Order: sequence, then C-alpha cells, then structure tokens
Amino acid sequence: MAEPQTPLLSIRGLEVRYETDEAITHAVNGINLDINVGETVGLVGETGAGKTTTALAVMRLLPHRTGKITEGCILFRGEDVLRKSNGEMRQMRGERISMIFQDPMTSLNPTMTMGEQIRESLEIHNKGMSAALTDARVDELLTMVGIPPRRKHEYPHQFSGGMKQRIVIAIALACRPELLIADEPTTALDVTIQAQVLALMNELKESMRTSMILITHDLGVVSEMCDKVAIMYAGEIIERGSADDILDDGPHHPYTVGLFNSIPDIERESKRLSPIAGLMPDPAALPGGCKFHPRCGDAADACRSLAPPPFVSGEHIIACHKFGSSNGGRI
Amino acid sequence: MEDIDFNSQTRKKSRRGEIWRRMKKNRIAMVGLFIFSAILLLTISADLITPYDKAITGSLADRLTPPSSSHWFGTDNYGRDIFARILHASRRSLVMGIGAVLVGITLGGLLGACAGYYGGRVDSVIMRIIDTVICIPFMLLVLAIVAALGPGLVNVLIALMISMIPTYTRVIRSAILTVVGQDYIEAAKSCGTPNRWIILKHVLPNAIGPIIVQATMTVGTMIIWAASTSFLGMGIQPPEPEWGAMLAESKDYMLTAPYMVMFPGFAIALTALSLNLMGDGLRDALDPRLKD
Repeated sequence: MAEPQTPLLSIRGLEVRYETDEAITHAVNGINLDINVGETVGLVGETGAGKTTTALAVMRLLPHRTGKITEGCILFRGEDVLRKSNGEMRQMRGERISMIFQDPMTSLNPTMTMGEQIRESLEIHNKGMSAALTDARVDELLTMVGIPPRRKHEYPHQFSGGMKQRIVIAIALACRPELLIADEPTTALDVTIQAQVLALMNELKESMRTSMILITHDLGVVSEMCDKVAIMYAGEIIERGSADDILDDGPHHPYTVGLFNSIPDIERESKRLSPIAGLMPDPAALPGGCKFHPRCGDAADACRSLAPPPFVSGEHIIACHKFGSSNGGRI
Repeated sequence: MEDIDFNSQTRKKSRRGEIWRRMKKNRIAMVGLFIFSAILLLTISADLITPYDKAITGSLADRLTPPSSSHWFGTDNYGRDIFARILHASRRSLVMGIGAVLVGITLGGLLGACAGYYGGRVDSVIMRIIDTVICIPFMLLVLAIVAALGPGLVNVLIALMISMIPTYTRVIRSAILTVVGQDYIEAAKSCGTPNRWIILKHVLPNAIGPIIVQATMTVGTMIIWAASTSFLGMGIQPPEPEWGAMLAESKDYMLTAPYMVMFPGFAIALTALSLNLMGDGLRDALDPRLKD
C-alpha cells in the first residue's frame, strides 16, 4: 500500500480470558486487527470463536468479574483504550464507539418509548443540548432509518423485529460515532428484512464515514458489506485479507475452505453440503500446535506441535503450515 | 391517514395520563381504588363525622352492647363506641401501615438495587449485613428498637421501617437480578449511560412488578405488627384507638361480643384488600407490554 494511514482502531496481541473457579477459558488468543477510517471489517467465525469477546473487549464491557484482558493493547486513534478510566470510557461509549447487539427483541428497554431511548443517548453525550433540538434530532434519526417520527411515542413491543433493529441502529448512530461495532446485526431477522437492514447500514456508513466492525458468521453478508475480512477460529485470526482475497479462488486456510463448502453454491450441483467435521475445541482446553489440526483433513506432524507461521501475500495473510512461512511472527 | 394522525395526537398525552388510562380499564383495580379512596376520605373527615371524645370515653352502663342504631358497631368493654374508635383509629393505622412500607421499601429498594446491579463486593457486603439482621426474629428486632427508643407511635413506626428493610432488600435484589442480565442493560452500557441512570431508568421500571405486589401485600401485615407492639404495651398507649390494638383488646370478649373483633378485623382486611387490588392494577398499568 502506497500511503500508510494511521488506523482508527488497532488491536495488538489481544488476549482475553474468562476465569472461573472451574476453568480458565482462553477466549481470545493474541489477535491483531486494524480498522481504517470509513472501512468495514468483517469478523467471521463459528459460535465461540471469540468474535463477540473481541468486540466487548474494545468496548471494555467484558463481564467484570470473570473477563480479563491479559495481554495486548487496543489503540483507538492512538490512545490506549485499556488505560482509560471508567469515566473516560463511559464518555467514549455511544459517542465515539457504539455497538449494535444481535437481538433487537431484547436489546431495547420494554418500559421506555422508542423516542425516550433514542433521546437518552443524545442527552448523555450532549449535556447542553436544548430539549427542542434534541427532539428534532430524534425525529431526524427516525426518519433516517425509515421510521415515521410520529411513532416515537410507542413502545418496543409495538414494532416488528426489523423496525426494532433499525431503531437500535438509530440509537447507535445518534451521536455520530467514529466506530460502529455490529454484533451479528441481522442474525435474528428474516432474510428479506436482513437485506433491508444491511442496505440501510451500508448507506448510513457511507454518509457518515463511520468505520465498522461487522461480526457475523454469514459469508453472504460479508461479501455484501465488508472491505476487509478476518476469519477467527478458537480465539485466533487464522486468515485475513481484503474481501476479494477471502472470497476469490486463491489459496485459503483449510478452515476457510470448510466454511465455504458448508454453504450451498447456486452454480454447483451437489446433493449434500459438506460441513466441517467435528466441533470447535473447548477453549478451556485448547489443542497444541495449530488449533484447527484435530478437524483438518490436511493435518501433518508439524500442525500438531508447532503454531503455524503466517503466509503473507500482499494484504492476504494465512496462518497455516500448508503454505510455509514468508516471515516470522503471528498474524 | 387521518385516523392515524388522530392517534398520534392522543399519544402525546403525558406518561402519567397513559398509566391512568390503562388503570381505568381494569375494573377490579378501580374497585380497589374506590374502596381505598373511601377509607382515606373517612379517615380525613373522622372529626366531622364523630368527635374524638366519643372514641376515648364511654359510660360503663353502655358496655358491650351489640350493634344498634345509636352505636352502629356496638360498644366495647369500656362502653366506648366502636364505630367512632375505628374511624379515629384509621389515622394511626394507615400511617403505620403505609408509612412503614413506603420508607422500608425505598431504603430496601436502594440497597437491593445496588446489591443486584453492582454485584461482586457491593453485593456481598450488603447481603451479608442483611442476612445477619434477618436472622433476628422480626418481632424481637422491632421490640428491641422500640425498647431502645421508648414507646410511642413514631418510634414503633421507625422500628417497623428498619425491621422491614432486610425483607424488602432481598425481594428487590432478586427482582433486579432477573433484569440485570438482559441485553438492554448491556445496550444501555454500550451507549455510555451512567450507572445511576441505568438503575433508575432501565432496571427499576422493569423490576417494578414484584416490588409493587410486595409493597401492597405488606401494608396489612404492618398494621398487625404495629398492633402487636401495642398489645405488648409498647406502641399506642391506651385509650388511643388503633385497629390492631382494638383487635388485641377484644380477644377476651370474642365469644360474648364477637362484633368487637369483627369490625376492626374487617377494617384491616378491607384496607389490605383494596391496596392489593390497586397494586395489581398499577403493576399491569405500568407494564407497557400489557397495554391495549
């Protein structure tokens, strides 16, 4: 890349553990990730790969008794998020980084009207704003996500799932954050509404130049939305690159290949899908070497004992022994 | 289209108006409200209906007469008019019952909300203290506090408030715990909402149901407990009338003059019932999911 820009968010060697009396769960194991201004990065992986944990770590919202960040740093515009005080962090949440949760049915307060819930975020971050101005902004936000402002006096149960998710998006974007973390924003919605919500998010992202981390396990969503993709497995990023790198027919991590094989292809006739055999390893007892080797068809001796070196080709990086190593270190 | 616009106009009414509108639809709650309003009205206008003197003095010639046109509820063992006594007693009894519950539930609610919301060390410290206090039998605790403060209406009230705090704390903490794990609390945090806003605007309104039920249910109990202290000579001092105390005094005459027990008992039951009905209705009216 010709002109290296400083990334908006940069995660370096992040390790997160959940510690309970019974076990230590290694949820995230040393990941690196950069998000530039205006860019959408897809974080893809199975359930339990550590995607949500990564997002919560960025927001500093890990469950405070069990969740611990043991290593690494998270730089937001060069400032270390992990060193901020709770008060500074609260300032940042909603105003500079905000988050959309998976299930719009449960992420809205059932006892507050939609208008009040959008207002709340505005009131917290704009202390001096007049009531009339706040009202106008609430109406503007509702219009922006395609909901008639006159419905702001209604409660969440009076809206459909897709409308609720659009309101959640309105709340998240209320203060024009620089970074939006969307944790499976369309998983709880049906397919037609999914497309609507994705289109809306794309449109708003473009107009506000918001960067986005899109957490998903849906490769279709990735192809529509993302500039860059990181594939996570057992708390590690095992393949990373531009959306084209990941979606094209070039070399891929065996896990990525497995992911693509487990979705139906309209051009190929096959009687059965080929899912990846086995399950994600228990993050409290991860295997040595490459974490994927117990499920990998190509596993060799080296895979069982050594962590795979990254294979780098331009922006595209794959952590697999199959491709050998181009330089040391981790992805 | 016009229809819809009309709707949006009516919706602009205040939140309180909204709750009232929903409560009005609930006939049983309205019955409760009606009964309670009647009780309140009688309490306030007690002096207009019958003088206080009549409640504390009576002639021994008239003792233990059954209900008649001159003494609607009969007379007690000192010849005092039971109707007048019940009417004037309502003031003390209502203050006791409702006051103890209101203050107890506010303090217990704050403690319970903090314990449930913050968890961890805050929870441990609050709940261990509460557990210790709850080990002391309720009556013993009330008596100990009254004994320390000296007998009298206000002191019994204070004792009841303090003694009820642990029970309320526990109930409210568990109600809070069911809400704290919800996604919208996490979502509120992700918007940078300060903790006290989250507790007041997101947690408590969603946990209000069991709190209201608990509050309305304990008003009757509080009146009885206040009576028990009177019975032991620590609460209301005779000849001041108080429902519970009247109930206690009349126990020796239960077989010969059952009306002496019946009327104060009925007054307590009616108050408790009306509050319960109202509480149920209020809980439903406060829950927008049950709307329309």
